[in-house]
Amino acid sequence: MRTREVLAPLAAFAAFLSGAVAGSTLPATFGAATSSQKNEKALKYKYQDDALVYAELAKAPEKARAKRNPLASDRDAVAAGANLFDQHCAECHGEVGEGSRKGPSLLKEPVQSAAPGSLFWLLTNGVVRRGMPVWSKLPEPQRWQLVTYIKSLGGPAAPAAAPAAQISPSSGGQTKISQP
Amino acid sequence: MSRSASRVLSLLFFLAGLLISATTRAQENPYIVAYDHYLEEPGNLEIEYFSTFGTQRGGNDHHAFWMEFEYGATAWWTTEFYLDGQTTFNDSTLFTGFRWENRFRPLKREHFINPVLYVEYENISGADKILKEVEGHDVEADSADPNSVLRREHAHELEFKLLLSSTFKGWNFVENTIATKNLSNEPWEFGYALGASRPLALKASAQRCSFCRENFIAGVEMYGGLGDRYSFGLHETSHYLAPVVAWNLPSGWTLRVSPGFGLNDNSSRFLLRWGVSREITGFGSMVSQLFRGHR
Repeated sequence: MRTREVLAPLAAFAAFLSGAVAGSTLPATFGAATSSQKNEKALKYKYQDDALVYAELAKAPEKARAKRNPLASDRDAVAAGANLFDQHCAECHGEVGEGSRKGPSLLKEPVQSAAPGSLFWLLTNGVVRRGMPVWSKLPEPQRWQLVTYIKSLGGPAAPAAAPAAQISPSSGGQTKISQP
Repeated sequence: MSRSASRVLSLLFFLAGLLISATTRAQENPYIVAYDHYLEEPGNLEIEYFSTFGTQRGGNDHHAFWMEFEYGATAWWTTEFYLDGQTTFNDSTLFTGFRWENRFRPLKREHFINPVLYVEYENISGADKILKEVEGHDVEADSADPNSVLRREHAHELEFKLLLSSTFKGWNFVENTIATKNLSNEPWEFGYALGASRPLALKASAQRCSFCRENFIAGVEMYGGLGDRYSFGLHETSHYLAPVVAWNLPSGWTLRVSPGFGLNDNSSRFLLRWGVSREITGFGSMVSQLFRGHR
């Protein structure tokens, strides 16, 4: 009897797991959109408070601003950062950091000219009152990988037209990382 | 409740999660009882299913389960709705109640210790066995009676927690203190939960992978009761120590497993917990579009 009672949820869980491990993506129930549709939407509805969020960068303490990116020359940092960006940031900042109505563009001058330390500080602390969560739950090296990727978006070799996920990991260190 | 109905209830808890799923990613901590200070990202909905198998001396072992819907209302406010149920072996399966939980982040920036305020309303029966927290003089013997007896007791409780959490060199440390007031003239009860965890690797890999070390977060949590207003302390309380592991898959799923061990004679000998969750990004916008129509 006990076996039967346990089996029903376990069977369902097994089915659940098989989909999860295989990385299967279930059909989206609500408003599924292609990436081009998403980009169109992002361009149509721009985030309203860009200036207020950019102003937060200036609030980084001097000590934080002066921090050097320990992964600036790490050849895999851009590719790893691109993956992280796609997982955690693209929802609000757009697939290539172009911005959306939920978050400001990361391609603009205030971000691209900011010190890596300032970006790291902003990632760590978020802008909670303006909707950006704190990202200190990502370990420090991952936050630096994100900073490296964000800075790479503004360089001459910036993948501005390519989705973040399309950056080949093998090209990791090849994408130019612009420094302020 | 008949056996087939009990199976249907268990399956429904799973299927509800499956049906609503959409593409999403997650980076979840491994805790099942303790809380850190990270809230749900604004507009995201996380659907979670958890299961607890518990041993019972002087009664039948049980399998308790709950479904959790966690929504990031803002970057400083997360709200959650729980549905609880349990199967006691050789007895019956019951829906045991619901909980509505809210967490608020009072500070704008990160600090060495980060506080979060937690308020929860619980409307559950005495047969609730999910052990989402241990408080007051909760002991194993409380659950030994058959479900037909336990379900007669109802609890309308307000639960308050102060969640403190620190992150240092990849480690996360949490300290939760609990104060619960049963709204029917019973004394305040107290409890605690502690936890520590760390990803197995701090740097992300350049390629997406399911089995990369950074996808696994391991740790330990400890929780228990601290008595009530009239008899505060460790007397007649139960305590548990539980290793925890979370596996964050690139596909957006998170799996958690935690074997828990009772630390004194008042505690259940063994609890095996596991859970699966999935985050739906942009859920808030999707819902608002449903009502507003597409612009």
